Amino acid sequence: MFQVRIHGRGGQGVVTAAETLSIAAFLENKHAQAFPSFGSERMGAPVLAFCRISDKEIRLREPILEPDALIVQDPTAIDLPRVFIDVVPGGFVLINSPVPLVYQQQNITMKCIDATRIAIEQIGRPIPNAVLLGGFSALTGVVKIDSVIEAIKTKFFGTIAEKNICAAKVAYEKIIEES
Amino acid sequence: MLYQLEGSQAIAKAVVLCRPGVVCAYPITPQTHIVEGIGELIRSGDLSEGEFINVESEMAALSVAIGSQATGVRSYTATSSQGLLYMMEAVYNASGMELPIVMTLGNRTIGAPINIWNDHSDAMAARDAGWIMLFAETNQEALDLHIQAFKIAEKMLCPTMICVDGFILTHAYERVDIPFQEEVDEFLPPYVPNIYMDERNPIAVGAMVSPEYFMEVRYLAHRKQTDALEIISLVSDEFKRQFSRDSGGLLRKYHTDNAKTVVIAMGSVSGTIKDVVDELNASGEMFGVVSLVSYRPFPSAALRMVLKNVAKVIVVEKAFALGIGGFLSQEVELALKDIDVRVISVVAGIGGRSITRNLLKECFLKRTHEQITFLGLKEDIAAEKYTSLKLHYLGGMI
Amino acid sequence: MSYSTLKDVEEFTTVQSSHDRPNTLTSGHRGCQGCGEALGARCAIDAAHRETNGKIIVVNATGCLEVFTCYFPENSWNVPWLHSLFGNAPAVATGVAAALRRQGRDDVRVIAQGGDGSTFDIGMGCLSGMFDRNDDVLYICYDNQAYMNTGVQRSGATPPLARTATTLPNKSYMGSDSQTGKNVPKIAMAHGIPYIATASIANIPDLEEKVRRAIGIHGARYVHIHVPCPLGWGYPTSETIKIARLAIQCGLFPLFEAEHGKQVRSTQIEDLIPVEEYLRSQKRFAHLFGKNAPADAIGVLQNIANSNIELYRLSGGILNA
Repeated sequence: MFQVRIHGRGGQGVVTAAETLSIAAFLENKHAQAFPSFGSERMGAPVLAFCRISDKEIRLREPILEPDALIVQDPTAIDLPRVFIDVVPGGFVLINSPVPLVYQQQNITMKCIDATRIAIEQIGRPIPNAVLLGGFSALTGVVKIDSVIEAIKTKFFGTIAEKNICAAKVAYEKIIEES
Repeated sequence: MLYQLEGSQAIAKAVVLCRPGVVCAYPITPQTHIVEGIGELIRSGDLSEGEFINVESEMAALSVAIGSQATGVRSYTATSSQGLLYMMEAVYNASGMELPIVMTLGNRTIGAPINIWNDHSDAMAARDAGWIMLFAETNQEALDLHIQAFKIAEKMLCPTMICVDGFILTHAYERVDIPFQEEVDEFLPPYVPNIYMDERNPIAVGAMVSPEYFMEVRYLAHRKQTDALEIISLVSDEFKRQFSRDSGGLLRKYHTDNAKTVVIAMGSVSGTIKDVVDELNASGEMFGVVSLVSYRPFPSAALRMVLKNVAKVIVVEKAFALGIGGFLSQEVELALKDIDVRVISVVAGIGGRSITRNLLKECFLKRTHEQITFLGLKEDIAAEKYTSLKLHYLGGMI
Repeated sequence: MSYSTLKDVEEFTTVQSSHDRPNTLTSGHRGCQGCGEALGARCAIDAAHRETNGKIIVVNATGCLEVFTCYFPENSWNVPWLHSLFGNAPAVATGVAAALRRQGRDDVRVIAQGGDGSTFDIGMGCLSGMFDRNDDVLYICYDNQAYMNTGVQRSGATPPLARTATTLPNKSYMGSDSQTGKNVPKIAMAHGIPYIATASIANIPDLEEKVRRAIGIHGARYVHIHVPCPLGWGYPTSETIKIARLAIQCGLFPLFEAEHGKQVRSTQIEDLIPVEEYLRSQKRFAHLFGKNAPADAIGVLQNIANSNIELYRLSGGILNA
């Protein structure tokens, strides 16, 4: 089972990101479970969402305490060093940041990407969730970029979907190049 | 057909497939997405013959359903927590009038203090209201139970409540198999009321019943509830035959055959418990799990059958009665009173407190148990506050 | 009223005295002698029954009318009749109307009825919701100005200074202290619903005509019927109609109709009387005439009558408070 935790702020599409990721995994015939941190958070408040991906049926309902991957949509929303500790060895961290951040953490693959800038350029709005899902696909290989694209098509429609797909692709290619 | 969907949307689709004639909507977290989903499906033509009514309170939501069901139309509503309490007078009324309304309860605790998160306090507040109450473990089961619920309710002339853990299920995206309309139509025929408001055949419903007759009315309602045990099983069997899926029924067993200890729970937490039990059994323990689907009627005989050779029963329960203890553990104890088995109450997940594998594992492996265990209680804070509270009410007495 | 021809007799005779009266509420119920509510309900539902050829369903709130007409295994109603709770009759009626629409039985008309307790107080939320949605329901309030079913306690419809079991006057307290009062017909008007009328059992042809008009209109409608209660108000059981007539004549109970939030008609008071004459006829106001009565007590009620006369244009002049 692969467990993903997404940190961000209300209004950044954190919950939508987890849901879209679960749909991408579903499209690859995997079992997936996405759920929010169950709050009544308003716009701007720190928000958490989770996604589990597995080849078998997922029965577990606890929050994800030790993620295999962390997606940070807004590094100002959390205490980064503290959430880093939770990531399992061999895990991944993807951070939305205009500047590269450096953390000394053994056995974790970390990437920074200016997802907000890519989102503004591609979508016209600072919503970095689709960008980061493209990046996540490149970084972890847990879901294919084509599945992410198909999943985006089920959550968004028309030109919004197209723009989000472009944004996801840009991030995917950027991270593939850098790796 | 398989979909990756939010639990609330899956339930909304299931309800619409059952072709209710009247759906009443009033928002309360975490149930709201369900009625939003139904409203959208009705207005987009999936159920064009349905009436979707935005009401002004939960009291009105269930009251409108009472009116429409009494006029011979399949009726549905959904609520949670305070909403259930606000409509409670109508909850009792609907069962007393034998109206087969189906209602989803997106389980959430009850304030004060206000808290929107999951536990089973709301369902427990309605446990004596004369409804059939079924708990879903997964979103697939939630969906399946709704389809079964209309059939059970209409056969029994008894309103039926499907309890679905708020947020944990209602807001979780997972894989669900949604049947086609023809399949559901085959399983659930159109609603044919036995009596209803009809100007050609006037009847009076809701009469004043005196002490001369009232006890018999209640006795019959009790007999009907216990008879519903059989109907719930039959409908579940029928569902399995048609949809090839094991959903509903009275209870579900997991590794109970040779178990020394059986954990009993209701709703979504059973999944986490099964994972824990697998891990423990892999290291030589002998645990089993019973997830209770039918809470009302309470399947006492079925429980006795499963637990007759078990040494210990651990009841993981998401609600308790202040000053006495867990509702479910008391009822399990009553059901098992002739069997030599120890029943232990573990109160967990209150007000949305996380129920983790680690906490459960540690608890299940304990050799001795408190009368009630509060799983994940912050003991230091609780002890400190309890000391100051005690000082306050004992005041000058010490 | 004097009849000079047979035609006049037919024109002014109420449905109650007709041989083919529908008897929607049959005799033999358990209402008190002289009950204004029983008379009001029988007239109203009979009129609706006649107008619709019997195609009505009646939803009844908990209260006197419900309790005295459906004591199991007896039942006094000759119409489909549904009682659920005290505070939810308008919502239940909404459900009935929705079901009828779903079944294509729109020709069957829905009536919800209740006393002033269920209308003014506990059911106000559901009533307002039903008005707001403009549901196809005629709501009839039988107003006897207190909770009579439970033994005459104050309701939102109790007039200022009236004696009830929960507003017993004493040396320092003069009875029900309604601060601003609650006017449900006006509240109904504020919802802009298609039809509102007030009626009284003192004028049954008028009552029947208003119910007849109301039942034919689609959408939410409200008819408010003044029904004196001999037990709660303290007057001889033979005087129910007379008391109801005095309430109209003094201006305390205005008869009017409104459409879409605007007043369209009102009934002129023929012989205006001071409120004192009405008040003196009932024990619930007796303390206003005792030796401890404050000087301005009658004036408070006369002022209400005067403002009614002005607002609803009931008479050319008013009486001094």
